[in-house]
Amino acid sequence: MAKVMTRDRARQWLIQGGALLALALLVLFNLLFTESFLSLQTLNVNLTQVTTIVIVGVGMTLVIATGGIDLSVGALMAIAGTLAPLIFQALPGGWGLAASVVLPIAVAAACGCFNGWLVTGFGIQPIVATLVLFIAGRGVAQVLTNGNLQSFDNPGFAVLGKGQFLGLPVQVWLMLVIVLVASWVLQRTVFGRFIVATGGNEKAARLTGIPAVRIKMLVYALCGALAGLAGLITVSINSSSDANQNGLGMELDAIAATAVGGTLLSGGRARIFGTLIGALIIQLMRYTLLAHGVPDAAAMVAKAAIIVLAVWLQKK
Amino acid sequence: MNSTREPLLQMQGVHKYFAGVPALRDASLQLYAGEVHALIGQNGAGKSTMIKVVTGAYGLDGPQDGGQITFAGAPVRFHSPKQARESGISTIYQEINLVPFASVAENIFLGREPRRFGLIDWPRIYREAEQALAVVGLSVDVRKPVSSLSTASQQMVAIARAVSVDAKLVIMDESTSSLDDREVELLFGVIRKLKQDGRAVVFVSHRLDELYAICDRVTVMRDGQTVHVSPMAEISKLDLVTTMLGKELAVAHRKAASETSTTAKPALLDMEGVQVAPRLRGISLQVGAGETVGLAGLLGSGRTETMRAVFGADRLDAGGLRLGEQALDLREPAHAIAKGIAYLSEDRKIEGIFPDLSVRENMTMVLLPQLARLGVVDRAAQLRIVDDFIARIGIKTSGPEQPIRELSGGNQQKVLLARWLALSPRLLLLDEPTRGIDVGAKADIANLIHGLAATGMGILMSASELEELVSMSDRVVVIRDGASIAELQGESLSEHTIMSAIAEGRVAPAAEAGDAHG
Repeated sequence: MAKVMTRDRARQWLIQGGALLALALLVLFNLLFTESFLSLQTLNVNLTQVTTIVIVGVGMTLVIATGGIDLSVGALMAIAGTLAPLIFQALPGGWGLAASVVLPIAVAAACGCFNGWLVTGFGIQPIVATLVLFIAGRGVAQVLTNGNLQSFDNPGFAVLGKGQFLGLPVQVWLMLVIVLVASWVLQRTVFGRFIVATGGNEKAARLTGIPAVRIKMLVYALCGALAGLAGLITVSINSSSDANQNGLGMELDAIAATAVGGTLLSGGRARIFGTLIGALIIQLMRYTLLAHGVPDAAAMVAKAAIIVLAVWLQKK
Repeated sequence: MNSTREPLLQMQGVHKYFAGVPALRDASLQLYAGEVHALIGQNGAGKSTMIKVVTGAYGLDGPQDGGQITFAGAPVRFHSPKQARESGISTIYQEINLVPFASVAENIFLGREPRRFGLIDWPRIYREAEQALAVVGLSVDVRKPVSSLSTASQQMVAIARAVSVDAKLVIMDESTSSLDDREVELLFGVIRKLKQDGRAVVFVSHRLDELYAICDRVTVMRDGQTVHVSPMAEISKLDLVTTMLGKELAVAHRKAASETSTTAKPALLDMEGVQVAPRLRGISLQVGAGETVGLAGLLGSGRTETMRAVFGADRLDAGGLRLGEQALDLREPAHAIAKGIAYLSEDRKIEGIFPDLSVRENMTMVLLPQLARLGVVDRAAQLRIVDDFIARIGIKTSGPEQPIRELSGGNQQKVLLARWLALSPRLLLLDEPTRGIDVGAKADIANLIHGLAATGMGILMSASELEELVSMSDRVVVIRDGASIAELQGESLSEHTIMSAIAEGRVAPAAEAGDAHG
């Protein structure tokens, strides 16, 4: 038994430590070969860009922990991002600003509930159920603005994406709070443990009295809400909302970050901090390749390679 | 049966090991053309392994494997199900293996579609599929997907497929378990026709009456060995059950230790005429506070389904449940748990453990809401309970944080038992609590159960080993084909009386009869 244990521990270390090691190697490579890597500006660029991946990735990690997946996150970002300017332009003032943050997130959460309803109420496979909003969601966002880019100038809303607090962008603080809270909830609360149990063995969960249906609904709703928030951040950074581009391909980045971070894709084990590291790897990888003139298309291949490696490590 | 003829299938000295554990030890099977042969045995007796060797699903390739197999006069060794099929062996498995979204006709001709000019000849497929279904008395639109049919009709489609292949040998592995009486009669018609055509049929079923109604000869397996072969008519039901369970009648006895008048205790659980399709057809039983009631019956008789019904895991179609003075309407296990009912399921791996989680988490999963304040788990209280149970019931683990999958079967079972005991339930349902665990752990669990009843907990437990059931229960309810048919206690409770109740469907003379309606 001792032998089995040590091998298991070694494997766990390899997954967690492996991701950390990869991140360290990437940083080291950049320190040596990338010009002006060690600057506040580079740090800010990378942190700003990684924020949305991490925030969506946290929601994705929770969904994946229950044995599901959510392909609609990118489309939900577009919906939320499109709604916000519509609201604060129609309703100026403080209340309009508050509504332009709260309402889009609530709508995204409701879309998440719809996903959860398809998964739990009809027993549709999550990958198919969330494909519905993956396709339709972006369409809805485009219809809202006739597919036009909405530019705006709203200092209050810009704080979300451009504001600074204690030397770091506001959204980075937001990201850190979300990661810490999510990790604590997952580890310490009944809700968190029920999430992991539902994904670990759904039949046993039901026979243990765990309200698996409610848990899944909540998790999809949370994932939707986090995607909505990420959509608002993107719009705030750009001072414009583009339903065609906002959150495009985000579902893949979020899933990749989750997988690289050591969360079991089959459910039953979740690592929020792993997802943070996974997202940092993906972001830094993209930055490194771009900084060295490698085209974005090739960067995608590199990203795919990381995912394959992560999944292979899990299977071993 | 004419035994001077050459057998159609002859298997001799078959050994099959899985990771060094024997599944078959010197097993044999002999069949003749034109006979219907019953193959029976308890769970784990080796009959499924035997069938899989015949059908090529398992090879005999391991270093310890071996045996001679002759089919239709030539020595054979099938390495794939396809090979066996092409040699004329057709199998209908218990779990229906049809392609759900393909049409009925496509399923019947799967892998052997007739072609015309290189293309699939659809008119012919539809025509011949209808003919094949007519043989089993099923008339449905063969263009519709299989998934649109009822389970019983799907089973009939599977049978039609197996029969329409011009097979010399048709194996039916519990094909009747999802069929009603009328459909079973239709199936028997098909079997008789196969027999007339000179084909052989291997028939696996746990319903004794069916075996006697249709089979010519019987092979009984136990612990991986063939223990009995005879014409069906030459063995009584009681002898058949005895041979299958491996008990000598004379030694059946019961420790007369706790012989108090158990019926005087107030009923805690009252189950009246409970029906759940398709298995339960009328279960009535009572469990008193502080009483241990055993549930006896063959595999597939409805023991697990009875417990699931009490636990709210399956909805009742008819009948009623009461706990104490209160009528129960359970829609989810969570409701049953809230009422103080606990259920230790039969299959640890599939329905019990959360493999990646620790011993601590597995043990406290049910209790978790009670261990939390405002949704936050009280770690200290959780650890106190876990440490207490680890010490009290002797769980061998490196610590509360060890993942449960690393524990032995017996220790996993103890953790799961602790999961329910931590809840201090009023009624404890134990489905095969000692299955697949080592002798030491078995004794520990038996002692534990004994101690629980003394605290006033009502216990309903099932076990395949009658000896265990007799020694641990105050009273035993016998279930047969989904109906409770007998209740045995005191003097009339012994392995012998249980077996005759299972075999004959009624209580042996000198014992009082239980309810058998529904």
